[in-house]
Amino acid sequence: MPKAFTPKVVTANALLEGDAVWLTEDDRWTRDMAEAELLTDEAHAELRLLEASARASEIAGAYLADAQATDDGPAPTHFREAFRTRGPSNYPHGKQVDL
Amino acid sequence: MYHYNDFDEAFVRTRVAQFRSQVGRRIDGSLTEDEFKPLRLMNGLYLQLHAYMLRVAVPYGTLNSKQMRQLAMIADRWDKGYGHFTTRQNIQYNWPELRDVPDMLDALADVGMHAIQTSGNTIRNVTADHFAGAAADEVEDPRPYAELLRQWSTDHPEFQFLPRKFKIAVTGAEADRAVIRAHDIGLQVRRVDGKIGFRVLVGGGLGRTPMIGKVLTDFLPVEDLLPYCEAIVSVYNVLGRRDNKYKARIKITVHETGLDEIRARVEERFAAIRPAFDEAAMEILDDIKAQFALPAFRNAETDGFEAARLANPAFRAWTDTNLTPHRAEGYAIVSVSIKKHGATPGDASSDQMRVLADLAQTYGHDELRISHEQNVILPHVHKSDLPAVYAALRDADLATANIGLVSDIIACPGMDYCALATARSIPIAQQIATRFEELKLEHEVGPLKIKISGCINACGHHHVGHIGILGLDRAGVENYQITLGGDGTEDATIGTRTGPGFSADDILPAIERLVLGYLDLREDASETFLQAYRRLGMEPFKAKLYPPKEEQDAA
Ligand code: HEM
Ligand code: SF4
Repeated sequence: MPKAFTPKVVTANALLEGDAVWLTEDDRWTRDMAEAELLTDEAHAELRLLEASARASEIAGAYLADAQATDDGPAPTHFREAFRTRGPSNYPHGKQVDL
Repeated sequence: MYHYNDFDEAFVRTRVAQFRSQVGRRIDGSLTEDEFKPLRLMNGLYLQLHAYMLRVAVPYGTLNSKQMRQLAMIADRWDKGYGHFTTRQNIQYNWPELRDVPDMLDALADVGMHAIQTSGNTIRNVTADHFAGAAADEVEDPRPYAELLRQWSTDHPEFQFLPRKFKIAVTGAEADRAVIRAHDIGLQVRRVDGKIGFRVLVGGGLGRTPMIGKVLTDFLPVEDLLPYCEAIVSVYNVLGRRDNKYKARIKITVHETGLDEIRARVEERFAAIRPAFDEAAMEILDDIKAQFALPAFRNAETDGFEAARLANPAFRAWTDTNLTPHRAEGYAIVSVSIKKHGATPGDASSDQMRVLADLAQTYGHDELRISHEQNVILPHVHKSDLPAVYAALRDADLATANIGLVSDIIACPGMDYCALATARSIPIAQQIATRFEELKLEHEVGPLKIKISGCINACGHHHVGHIGILGLDRAGVENYQITLGGDGTEDATIGTRTGPGFSADDILPAIERLVLGYLDLREDASETFLQAYRRLGMEPFKAKLYPPKEEQDAA
């Protein structure tokens, strides 16, 4: 049996501000990962990444990041992606300011 | 200090204008990220985890008060009111917005600064001993040579697409404070039989394959500096591997080709190009040297300094750790610690930058330096002014007396900022510094260099830390590997791994066991951590670090 596909989200950095953004089902870039589209099918995920990467004037460096479903929506599974939802740990800067 | 000539000025302005138009085309979508990325990197602009980052070169680490004030202004206007000083004598801004970067670069150009060649496979910002021109043990000020190299390497047509980045460091003293043995080319100014020249080292570097530079020649006459360096870089440009990024640095070229073969090829190339280098470069050097003339030092009493030392123990402790002997009578070199316990190593607020600028202007012949250990130096302060300097530093939270001690830690940005990181490094540095401040032990422990990197690229110099810490990602969890016995000075040594790594929760207790263990192991208070390690070897330190389980639980 093929290995189960780990769910993903499409994420990138916003072109102007440079901060982390995630792709929603209705093709918006959100700054709240919980609003992102959780991609559970590999082929669909690759397609969404291609579509996202084409939006050159909005974002830079789109990629697929592992994610998990929670009651509040998609959440990170790896600490790197968790930091991207918050900001640095040495100052109250970045997204955590608005949390 | 060196001031831009008309050529430098026009060149930098043109580059800013070009970049402004490139940013415009990126924003309107006519350039893709793949097209734009090499262009932004050439101008020092990175994309990190949470924002862009602009890396500004501080050539050979030297700044005047006007430049420091401008760095503060830029931090306030376009960033979050602070800057991060790095081990490569750069300053990094962690929060610029893309649209603002051309304005930031223009503001830098207003004070003769730029971000060119702070990135990419070019010859990077040439670094120098941060005590250059001031140190008592110096043969000659190395900065004029660093400036000559900067002029030669900036926009050098042959060297814009090297196999990999290329870093040069210069020192003017036997004591190596510029880590020249961990650079692609390391230069040491020497005087032999009354003649000035250089010891030339090649092939040093850190990163995933750390290597100590090897001596290519023990004495290179000063007139041959540029053609010889050009010969080295051009041999590397041909031989260096472009097939594998991890094998592309000159250290690997030297390692794979052999030092003797490299030397033979460099000499051959040197002989071919030497005639094309006329005496013009030497005339330029004379002009540059005139701009680095020593300030007019004054003659004054130092009684007030001695009296203040007796009267104020905190001042005395600070003078014990943060001063270095100066070449001029009555003067001292002041190292201002940007490592207050618990603060982010290397971060200075805009207010602190302005205080430093004011102090340089009032008491320091208008000079400041950035050290590779992420501190700021006032290179020329008369001892009679030290009590006033200390008082002003204390008011600005800059009077920490910890230079060279446990809490004077180098830490790279790690996963708090850097997109390449495998773990965080800043919080580890903060925890160690805070803990040893609580223990009130660091003066007892004495000289100890802890250096932390957040991935194998080793920007935090962990390989040459007496204690090195490398943050890794082990199966999705931060894990910290310790190395011991590294040394970044003239006795350069790569540290040795102790064994299994530690989790983010266990790394602080591990460092504490190690340092307290050293206090047990040392012969007496005069034996430093590094000396004790060299005498005893790894085993007794390992025993402290990995005690049997029962003991750990009992502790
Ligand atoms: C955050 C953005 C940064 C990126 C993307 C970055 C990238 C890298 C990479 C890829 C290497 C390995 C090069 C090689 O071995 O071929 C490296 C090495 C190095 N970097 Fe960084 N770095 C960053 C920040 C810094 C900072 C903040 C400093 C200074 C504190 C620094 C100083 C160095 C030094 C000293 C080395 C090792 C010396 C050597 O070149 O062998 N870097 N960096
Ligand atoms: S060592 Fe790694 S984590 Fe640290 S700044 Fe360099 S590339 Fe980033």
